[in-house]
This record gives sequence, C-alpha cells and structure tokens, in this order.
Amino acid sequence: MSEAFISLKDVRKVYRTRTEEFEAIQSITMDVQAGELVSIVGPSGCGKSTLLKILAGLHPHDGGDVRIGSAAEPFDPSRDIGMVFQQPLLLKWRRIRENVLLPAEILGLPKKEARERADDLLQMVGLAGFEQSYPYELSGGMQQRAAIARALVHDPKLILMDEPFGALDALTRERMNIELLRIWQESQKTILFVTHGIQEAVFLGSHVAVMTSGPARLAEHMEIDLPEDRDLAIKTDEKFGEYTRHIYKLLDLD
Amino acid sequence: MSADTWRKISIAVAVHVAFVAVWWLAVILADVPEFILPTPWLALQTLGEENYNWVRHFSITAQEIFGGYILAVVVGVTFAVLTTWSRRLDEMLTPLLVTLNMIPKVAMAPLFIVWLRFGIQTNIVITFTICFFPILLNTARGLREVEPELLDLVKSLHGNRWQVFTKIQLPGALPYVFSGMKVATVLAVAGAIVGEFIQSDGGLGWFMLITQEALNTDAMVMALMLVTLIGVLLYGSVILLERIFVVQDARVE
Ligand SMILES: Nc1ncnc2c1ncn2[C@@H]1O[C@H](COP(=O)(O)OP(=O)(O)OP(=O)(O)O)[C@@H](O)[C@H]1O
Ligand SMILES: [Mg+2]
Repeated sequence: MSEAFISLKDVRKVYRTRTEEFEAIQSITMDVQAGELVSIVGPSGCGKSTLLKILAGLHPHDGGDVRIGSAAEPFDPSRDIGMVFQQPLLLKWRRIRENVLLPAEILGLPKKEARERADDLLQMVGLAGFEQSYPYELSGGMQQRAAIARALVHDPKLILMDEPFGALDALTRERMNIELLRIWQESQKTILFVTHGIQEAVFLGSHVAVMTSGPARLAEHMEIDLPEDRDLAIKTDEKFGEYTRHIYKLLDLD
Repeated sequence: MSADTWRKISIAVAVHVAFVAVWWLAVILADVPEFILPTPWLALQTLGEENYNWVRHFSITAQEIFGGYILAVVVGVTFAVLTTWSRRLDEMLTPLLVTLNMIPKVAMAPLFIVWLRFGIQTNIVITFTICFFPILLNTARGLREVEPELLDLVKSLHGNRWQVFTKIQLPGALPYVFSGMKVATVLAVAGAIVGEFIQSDGGLGWFMLITQEALNTDAMVMALMLVTLIGVLLYGSVILLERIFVVQDARVE
C-alpha cells in the first residue's frame, strides 16, 4: 500500500481548564488513504469534533503524531482544509455565490477563476440558479449544499464534516447522503465525516472509524466492502446489516 | 412595492387621520376651552403667525437633534470597534463606560453650560451623551456575536483578524448598529428638548416655555407637533438606511 494521506499515531488530547485536566482523546491510531471517505461514529463526547479540530490545525494535540500529506499528495495546512458543520453558518448578508466565495477571498485567490469555480460547484451541488439568492430564501438542505460548495471552492485536499446532516429531516438527509457520495466521487476528495447515524456511516464510508468514550479512543477502523456506486437499496443488503450490527455491538447498543 | 406594503401604509395613514379626528371631535363635543386644548386646525393656524419665527426654532431644534445623534452614531460605533478590537482597551474602557452610563445625562447640563457656554453646541452635546450609550452597547454586542464555528472556518484557512473583522464581524454587527440607532432616535428628541428647557434662546422647546407664559396653548401644541415631526423624520431616515443596507432576514427588531 502506498504512503497514507493521513497518518495518526497514538494521538492524545487533553483539555486544560484552570482547575482540572480532561482527557478528550486517549489514543487514536489510524491511517487514511487519499480519496477515501471515512465515517467516524461514536457516542456524544467521545472526541469526534476534537479529532477534526486537531486535523484542521485549530487545536494542538498533546501526544503522538499527526501527519497529513504524502509525497504523492502534498498538503498545505493553510489552504487544503474545507470544513462543513452541523449548521450551514452562511453569512446572512451575502448572496449564495458570495458565501461560497468566502474561503477564496480569505486565501486571496484570483477573483475570476474563483467565481467560475463557485458557479460550477453550485451547479454540482444542485443549486444552479440560486447564485443570487440570500440564504434565508433557501431551505435547510439547500443551505447545507451551499456550505458544501463553500468547503470545496478553494479546491482543498481534505474535507472535514462534523455532523453536516444532523439538523436535517430524515428524508432530506437520505437525499443528501446520495448527493454526498456523488460529490465525493466527482471531486475525488479525502473526506472525514462525523455522524451519529450508524446506517449513515456505513452507507457513506469506504471505512468507518468507531470511537468509544471513557476512555475516548478508537475502537475499530473497519473497511466497508460494499460497491462504490451505492444506492439506498444497499441498506437491505445482508453485508450492510452485518456492518451495522457489528458497530452496534462495538458501541454496546445491541 | 407589494400589495401588503400598500395595505400597511394605508392602515397607518388611516389611523393617524382617525387620531386627529378624535382629538378634533373631542375638543368640540366636550367644549374644551382653547387654552386647555385647541383643535388641530387652531394649532395649525399658528403657523401663519410671523412673530413666532417657526423656521428659526424648527431649524435650531433639528440641528440639535440631528447633530447630537449623528455624533453619537460616529463616536459610539468607533468606541464599540475599539473595545472589540483590543482586549486591553476593553478591560480599561468598559468598566469606566459602565460607570459613566450611570450618570443621569440631563444632570450634566449645568456643567456643560459652564464648559461650553450658552448655545446650540451645549444641546448637541447633551443629545449626544444620551444617544451614545445605547448605540455603543448594541454595536459592541453585535461585534461580539460571532458563531465560534465560523471563526474555526476562517482560522482553518489561516485567515487573519482583519479578515474576520471586515468580512464577518462588521457586516454581522450592522443590524445591531441599527437596532441601537432606533432606540436612540427617541432619546435624541427628548435630549434636545430637555436641553432647551434648561438653557437656550431658541428652538421649539424654548419656544414652548415662552408661549406657555402667555398661555398660547395652540402654539405650544403646534411646537410639540413639529418636534414630533423632526423625530419622525429622523426615525424614517434610519429605517430607510436600514432597508438599504441590511438584508431583510438579518434585521433585528
Ligand atoms: N474547548 C474545550 N475545553 C474543554 N473541554 C472540551 C473542549 N471541547 C470539548 N471538550 C470536551 O471534550 C470532550 C470531547 O468533546 P467533542 O466535542 O470532541 O465530542 P464529540 O464526540 O464531538 O461529541 P458530540 O457527538 O456530542 O458532538 C467532551 O467531554 C467535551 O466536554
Ligand atoms: Mg461534536
């Protein structure tokens, strides 16, 4: 196997408040290959968001090794990260196109190219025709699509998604799952996708990282051996059921 | 404009007309003496009285209101930006500003007269001190209200503070600036008039004191209506600016 794109070795994170220390992550060791979509599941408070923040360079880690990038796929920490959160967090006073352009503006990318790319991306996420709309004119699902386009506009190599569909209704969520698979395949990005939905994790992931809390660590990093072209019918597949049952077991939910 | 907007405007106009009509009818039906409350028409007729010098008084009061108000917007927003930008400045200035805000502003008037002498400038400063705090406080609140995850997004791109400030904080605070400005409009009118009660040789407030001595209630009522008109003009311009600069969904009521 070639050199991994992300390599985590025994990563540890401690939050310090004035009075006490709190070990948010005890140990995570995991490799992610370029172009993979890795789902991360685990109980609330087990350190999923913390892990993403470490990868985004927002928090230092307190032990172990974090390496992103490889010889084949060099990584620039200032411009190779795209982030999507549970809330779309679009700027209310900007039109959709200008919202998507925010990262390009911050990085000072050439205006004309960025604008063309923003429009292409809006097309890709199914928002063609809404370039001039304001966020409040869009539904929650549409706003989240715009947020995904925003995470892609500067062509980053790594997309970090923290429960991006957590606030959507079940039906929209299913649809967004299918869309995300398509976007992932079209854009060839490496994606880390945090979710509370075990079905969602298996459906989307080429791998699923299962985390447990107390102590917060990686329980298993499993490959999902299902075809890349997935549709909702796969959820009734026997293998799909086995994977989800296995995860339920790891999380003590069976 | 949409049909709904027209509907709202016509209702607003109708209610105003009804208000004047009720006033008029009440005065006539109850046979209220003129020096207690004149009819709207009698009050309006005083505008024809040249000795009253309406234009001069109107313009003095308008200058005080608009002058003090605009000064408060400029200085209030500037202070909010400074205290939000620098932690040190915030720690130094904010406690002092909280204390200063406790001073009854009108009670400063005698001091202002000593410092600034008799005249329009003193009333501008009184108006300013009353309007300053709500604008400062609202703006500062808006500047601080940033989603932490949005900051994460900018930081993950190694964006600098200036970018956070100009692209997220400032435009995000604009609705709050307007919310403070709306509160301050009422205060500005009150500030200028009270200032004129305390010291002045012109302006609608001063004029009301003078006509009161002669019990010219019709002129007093007219002066009051003109003060209100200035207030409405001020409020109207603020609303208009808000409509131009703030996206509908972001407006703070
Ligand atoms: N800035 C911080 N300071 C101190 N403790 C923190 C901080 N951020 C997170 N924690 C703690 O670290 C632990 C892990 O938090 P984290 O947000 O990573 O969990 P999570 O797995 O994302 O949870 P959820 O699924 O609810 O989003 C939690 O117990 C939390 O209270
Ligand atoms: Mg989280």
